[in-house]
Amino acid sequence: MRLNEFTAQALRSMVVAGEISCREIIESVLHCIKERDGEIKAYVNVTGEEALKKADELDDKIRRGEEVGPLAGIPIAVKENICTEGIATTCCSKMLANFIPPYDASVIKRVKDAGAIIIGKTNMDEFAMGSSTETSCFFQTHNPLDTQRVPGGSSGGSAAAVAGHESILGLGSDTGGSIRQPSAFCGVVGLKPTYGRISRYGLIPFASSLDHVGTITKDLTDAALLLRIIAGYDEMDSTSVNMEVPDYVKGLKDDLQGLRIGVPKEYFVDGISSDVKEAVFKAIDSFEAMGARCEEVSLPHTEYAVATYYLIASAEASAALARYDGVRFGYCHEDAEDIVSMFSKTRGHGFGSEVKRRIMLGTYALSSENYDTHYLKAQKVRTLIRRDFDRVFENVDCLVSPVTPSVAFKLGEKLNDVLNMYLSDVCTIPLNLAAVPGISIPCALSNGLPVGLQIIGKHFQEEMLLRVAYAFEKNVDFREVNVGEGGRKV
Amino acid sequence: MTEYEIVIGLEVHAQVLTDSKVFCGCSTEFGASPNEHTCPICLGLPGTLPVLNKKTVEYTIKTGLAMNCDIAEFSKFDRKNYFYPDLPKAYQISQYDMPLCKNGYIEFWVNGEKKRVGINRIHLEEDAGKLVHAGSIAESQYSFADYNRSGIALMEIVSEPDIHSPEEARLYLNELKKILEYLEVSDCNMEEGSLRCDANISLRPVGTVTFGTKAEVKNLNSFRAVQRALEFEAERQADLLREGGKVIQETRHWDESKGITIPLRSKEEAHDYRYFPESDVPPLVIKDSWVDEIKRGLPELPAVKRARFVNEYGIPEQDVEVLTETKAMADFFEECVKDYNEPKTVSNWLIGEFLRLLNAEGIEIKESKVTSRHLAGMLKLIKDGTISGKIAKTVFEEIFKTGKTAEIVVKEKGLVQITDEDAINDVVDKVISENPGAVEDLKAGKNKAIGFLVGQVMKETRGRANPQLVNEILRKRLL
Repeated sequence: MRLNEFTAQALRSMVVAGEISCREIIESVLHCIKERDGEIKAYVNVTGEEALKKADELDDKIRRGEEVGPLAGIPIAVKENICTEGIATTCCSKMLANFIPPYDASVIKRVKDAGAIIIGKTNMDEFAMGSSTETSCFFQTHNPLDTQRVPGGSSGGSAAAVAGHESILGLGSDTGGSIRQPSAFCGVVGLKPTYGRISRYGLIPFASSLDHVGTITKDLTDAALLLRIIAGYDEMDSTSVNMEVPDYVKGLKDDLQGLRIGVPKEYFVDGISSDVKEAVFKAIDSFEAMGARCEEVSLPHTEYAVATYYLIASAEASAALARYDGVRFGYCHEDAEDIVSMFSKTRGHGFGSEVKRRIMLGTYALSSENYDTHYLKAQKVRTLIRRDFDRVFENVDCLVSPVTPSVAFKLGEKLNDVLNMYLSDVCTIPLNLAAVPGISIPCALSNGLPVGLQIIGKHFQEEMLLRVAYAFEKNVDFREVNVGEGGRKV
Repeated sequence: MTEYEIVIGLEVHAQVLTDSKVFCGCSTEFGASPNEHTCPICLGLPGTLPVLNKKTVEYTIKTGLAMNCDIAEFSKFDRKNYFYPDLPKAYQISQYDMPLCKNGYIEFWVNGEKKRVGINRIHLEEDAGKLVHAGSIAESQYSFADYNRSGIALMEIVSEPDIHSPEEARLYLNELKKILEYLEVSDCNMEEGSLRCDANISLRPVGTVTFGTKAEVKNLNSFRAVQRALEFEAERQADLLREGGKVIQETRHWDESKGITIPLRSKEEAHDYRYFPESDVPPLVIKDSWVDEIKRGLPELPAVKRARFVNEYGIPEQDVEVLTETKAMADFFEECVKDYNEPKTVSNWLIGEFLRLLNAEGIEIKESKVTSRHLAGMLKLIKDGTISGKIAKTVFEEIFKTGKTAEIVVKEKGLVQITDEDAINDVVDKVISENPGAVEDLKAGKNKAIGFLVGQVMKETRGRANPQLVNEILRKRLL
């Protein structure tokens, strides 16, 4: 096994034991990128030289017997919408193609302080608007498990990088499923914590009330490890919550005895492929075998979630993306006659069509004549969706559901079928609306492609989520669970 | 304008006097070089987030309490969306439907009658930057953007349409400004843009209650401009209505040099600001205990102080108006009275000599070198006869210039009053011998001549002789 194929936890103990150097880890990952990224295209920018320099600094420190952080020498792939000081952060948009932030996002500060090394910035849908990483202004990313297929999105670059062993850890953002869906498509672990658990300072916003920073890792232990580092109150983000951050790694227990797991029936409607349903039901059987009690529950307002989400997210995006006017930073259209034409030409040429579609949708929803019937109504439904979760969590400890209606689809398959693309977020969106945490873990293979299982928890109970997911990981090898036609073949 | 009643409502933007901006740590100091006081947050760089400055909320609540408002238990911020190069995020963080303060009023005197004007609301918001155009705004090829102001906290104080004349509007602003200054929540400097005012004005036939169509007047850079613009606008609207025309709802621009208002944009061109909740700033839950604490810290307000000065010190109302114009002046007065318990004398010196010197120098009382102890010390010297009242003016000017005490000035300049009869007699001898005509006149019963002779003695002594004594000696010798 090459170093880039290990987990952070494993590499960490090897570094501590002096068996390997930080430089060796970075070199191994850079080698893999050189070998594979031409085809996968996970990265828009690889910061190899700087990474090697950092690795050498850490190795020196270790040699001198100095204290190094818990993630010393571990490479991390960062989504292109998370600000990194001195490194371009473009949101994969022509609008920000020249934007180099003068500051680090709070999560970046924390991973750097922990000794992690930024290996590069990863591809994404433009401004995180998409589910396939196909709307990036640079290029499309390919799924490392089947390069004809999408890696999912919008954090497709980070998911592909971790799945393809082009990084050990990944950071992504999740506004409606953008971490969980690509993690499911690429067969890795994607965690969207509770809203407020991780600072958003430095995450370039798409929709403030729905945006989350989260982790993409090879396994549960790494998810717990990374979450522990980046979670917690940040005075730069007043929506971050001042609550103690538990030691998530210590909380990982292979014991589900007596746990109550709810299975929301609304997440198994038509549109969800039979393979996915089969995979999730098999997972439920496994949970019962581990001693958990599973029962059907209902989240009655689920059917309105997608419509609600697209109104609220687009409304917030129309304001969040208004600052891209060519005045202070980013793209500015040269050929303008006056200030109004400078604004409209800059925005007309700087944004891609999906972004413009959502800005227009959001502007419409907020206009004075439509506010009550669109935006306000959506906010009311959002409250109902949140209450659905509150009610159901009175009786169960967590919920399990599919992550996506299908496994990874082919490149170009849904790009022009906008509505279908939007509907593919049906299982992930309600969590963002309700601010509850969710994790996606691989639970089966369908024709060799991973199927994701979503575990949903109560507010700020990431520990419970991680524990349930960890027990599954310990007891079930998803590569051996085959569903659909593939399942019958075996 | 007897057939129409004027209806005016005012919107005042007052800069909240905090050291740092409302959502970031940048300084609010005036006069810095362009963009010196900026950071990624107030420049609206992507990924940055606002964090509310608690002090700005406290000051807004303080203002609300002083203006008799209900303080919200629950309040929130909203985004007001519009594109303009001076607005970094292309939305302003403001408050839409849940302002911090509502339903208040302020009272003041208009022509001897007490007038109450309702305060509809007071909310907190951030200021935008400033554009500097190369030449005129219409012909400028480019503009400079200065974001030093961007993110400075503003209170918007919206009155009810209870104001019925341009003069009332000015007096309302005067009282409002005084309250803000007394609270020390804003320095109300119109030249530096820390106090700005927009006016809504409409007319209706006397005796009716339905509001007429209003016009909003902007670019009012002084209280005088407010009154003049409203006078012009009331006449303009009255002329329109008399001729059977209609006022159209629009925003108008006051042209100070021409003394007229001109249309800026009509209702159709008005922005749809698409207000919606600001999700980066959590809603505020304001505890009663905090409001009570702020209430306990409120200073005496101008109206209360005015009444007390009349009762406690027996000073005429007109003089009290001047004395309480600023809190600094009122405090100076009271401090001085503690050391020299003759309020009327103190008041006369303050609103006479002191104010004259301050105005001549164009400085505020706080910038002056004179302290209340200086003035009290000098008044004691007058009282014990060390210096004459006339000489005191010279002494005070010197104190004002140098900040030295009266004792030192008097000693250095040799201004001690001459009360020694022999010394005065010597000068009187000289004056009598040099002015035989006047002496004849006095002896012939022309009493006016004594004034002239006293004046001559004072001149010879450079004002230092005790005038009563000179008078006595002259009379004794010549009559």
